[in-house]
Amino acid sequence: MKSIKTWILVGFASLLLVACGQGGGGAGSKKSKTLENTKKAGFVKCGVSQGLPGFSNADASGNWTGIDVDVCRAVAAAVLGDADKVKYTPLSAKERFTALTSGEIDVLARNTTWTLSRDADIGLTFVGVNFYDGQGFMVRKNSGINSVNDFKNGISACTNTGTTTELNMRDFFNSKNISYEPIAFEKADEVVQAYDAGRCDTYTTDKSGLAAQRTKLSAPDDHIVLPETISKEPLGPVVRQGDSVWEDIVRWSLNTMIEAEEYGVDSSNASSLKDSDNPAIKRLVGSEGELGAAFGLDNEWSLRIIEQVGNYGESYEKHIASTGILPDRGPNELWTKGGILYVPPAR
Amino acid sequence: MNLKNFKINLSNKNKGLIPQVLTVLFIILAVVYFTINAQNNMGNRGISFGFGFLSQESSFDIAFSLIDYDGSYSYARAFLVGLLNTILVSAIGIFFATILGVTVGISRLSQNYLISKTAEWYVEIFRNIPLILQIFFWYFAALRALPLTVDSINFYDISFLNVKGWYVPRFIWTNFSLFFYSIIAAIISIFFVSKYAKKQRDEFGKQIPTLYISLGILIGLPFLTFLLGGVTLSFKIPELTQLSKTIYVYQGGVTIIPELISLALALSMYTATFIAENVRAGILGVNKGQKEAAASIGLTKSQILKLVVMPQALRIIIPPTTNQYLNLTKNSSLAAAIAYPDIVLVFAGTALMQTGRAIEIISITMLTYLSLSLSISIFMNWYNKKMAIKEK
Repeated sequence: MKSIKTWILVGFASLLLVACGQGGGGAGSKKSKTLENTKKAGFVKCGVSQGLPGFSNADASGNWTGIDVDVCRAVAAAVLGDADKVKYTPLSAKERFTALTSGEIDVLARNTTWTLSRDADIGLTFVGVNFYDGQGFMVRKNSGINSVNDFKNGISACTNTGTTTELNMRDFFNSKNISYEPIAFEKADEVVQAYDAGRCDTYTTDKSGLAAQRTKLSAPDDHIVLPETISKEPLGPVVRQGDSVWEDIVRWSLNTMIEAEEYGVDSSNASSLKDSDNPAIKRLVGSEGELGAAFGLDNEWSLRIIEQVGNYGESYEKHIASTGILPDRGPNELWTKGGILYVPPAR
Repeated sequence: MNLKNFKINLSNKNKGLIPQVLTVLFIILAVVYFTINAQNNMGNRGISFGFGFLSQESSFDIAFSLIDYDGSYSYARAFLVGLLNTILVSAIGIFFATILGVTVGISRLSQNYLISKTAEWYVEIFRNIPLILQIFFWYFAALRALPLTVDSINFYDISFLNVKGWYVPRFIWTNFSLFFYSIIAAIISIFFVSKYAKKQRDEFGKQIPTLYISLGILIGLPFLTFLLGGVTLSFKIPELTQLSKTIYVYQGGVTIIPELISLALALSMYTATFIAENVRAGILGVNKGQKEAAASIGLTKSQILKLVVMPQALRIIIPPTTNQYLNLTKNSSLAAAIAYPDIVLVFAGTALMQTGRAIEIISITMLTYLSLSLSISIFMNWYNKKMAIKEK
């Protein structure tokens, strides 16, 4: 009986909350339900992968690391003042969008490709790109295949389901007029095992994924990743549609990390740059302007991101380069150094 | 007077009706509430609801399909491919699980120590290991044990087995429909022959060798279409093709993918243990006196089994075995783990991912499994009724 009463109370309370939320949404006021809830809960609810080295991977004691994880940490540092205040939810490719739209998580940082249909159709908004990837192929070194042009009719290709790789694979083989056998597994570990056993001639997924999974093969040196990239895979964090303030917070948390690298601000020198001569740097470390107020945050939000999480270059070096996954930054280099990382100015 | 009658009606006949009506009302209200709730939430979050996506182009390919399919077909077609693959592996699984289960069940009752103990060990081992592990075991064990394409196991130069699958010749027919009709005609005539034979036996006590006659019709009638009807059949044997320095593939025949083989194997090995126990329970459930009585009127051992023991045992065996058939069908959804393109992998996996229509796709998939299970139940209930004691 008691529980029913509680439920009714909770029901009324939430109705009131909804009414208040709608009433307060006047012009000019910056209210974000997600931000309020996050502050109340004391942690950022973040969806990550079930284990992809370099992007989001948990160690034996359950500590998550990776460049996707760093996006969540940056948001936590900006909003809550502590980068460690993140609750991670590991999600499969299939579960990820439902978890986000249903409110189980508030940020999805799970090597997710930004596409039109995902952005426009299913209640999601992509806020930026934290890794430019592309789909490639891995084959056995002794196969005599040195380029995707060596593929012939009847080739069998292993991959994961629930990702854009299945679509890219079809587009690619169709454009070359090659018939192929697609073998799609639910989890990456089974793909690796099946490919290793010789079930398929090639393994196709994002190149960063190939590099990471290759280390799991019985003889990694017997396999090569072909030079061609058959698709654009801009991977980035995603939020729910309809809360533009929260969307801006996540977008600019990521942008801050990239901009910090561009201006040479990193976790070790950030606080000492408060009196820098460059106004752009001063804005980044919060000693000039009132940028945080636009999101309802204080002025040191970006300083905390840089101090606690580091800039994009530090994050890349720590998780992707030094672990040997992709030492060469390729397109993920700053635009000033020949890459395509270019973010709008924080001003 | 009328009022009194009405009262009596209410208290006797319709009394039980009130709680039933209330229950139905409650269920309807609950369903309506959840539907409206889901609709509101989806509306708030900018998600549309609808089944229009089913006619859109799926743009993904499937490795194994019983009907024509590629990525240019619709999601509805992809659903059908997945459904047929689920039905295929379930049917194969049920067929072999039944044969193996009956054999093992009877073996467990064997007087031969070795046979009964082997059957017992088989049952105890295979029913106590989780099915998903058995599926992985058969799949990866098979992949590791089978040779690469160049070193295929060769069956008389017409069929080849290797890590990429089992390659068998493709049948090429002319006038296949005529052949098909002749088989249907054969089955119908066998039905009448057995009816006639039963009548002869019941009325005149004459035994007619129905089995041989049936076999003769089943082989003879379709064979005639070859001689007279212009039906021809030729085979296309799979040929080894080289794709690169070390990559070879067999082309031209029919490929049975290793995922199907290992999934069907795992499902039937696992389910057979439960069926074996049902069979054993059924046979043991027949009173010993029945067998002794049958023996005393001079029936042979096989006649006792066929005419006295089995008809009674079947009544015990069928209901729990129906459950096992349902379990097998539902368990086939584990296929996704080893890339067998069943309905869960194709439709509730890839299609769901691409369209993002979780509620629509999961409801369709659940309804599909429900209908599959109900169809099996209906068939088995009919069979059970047929086998039940007919009160005279």
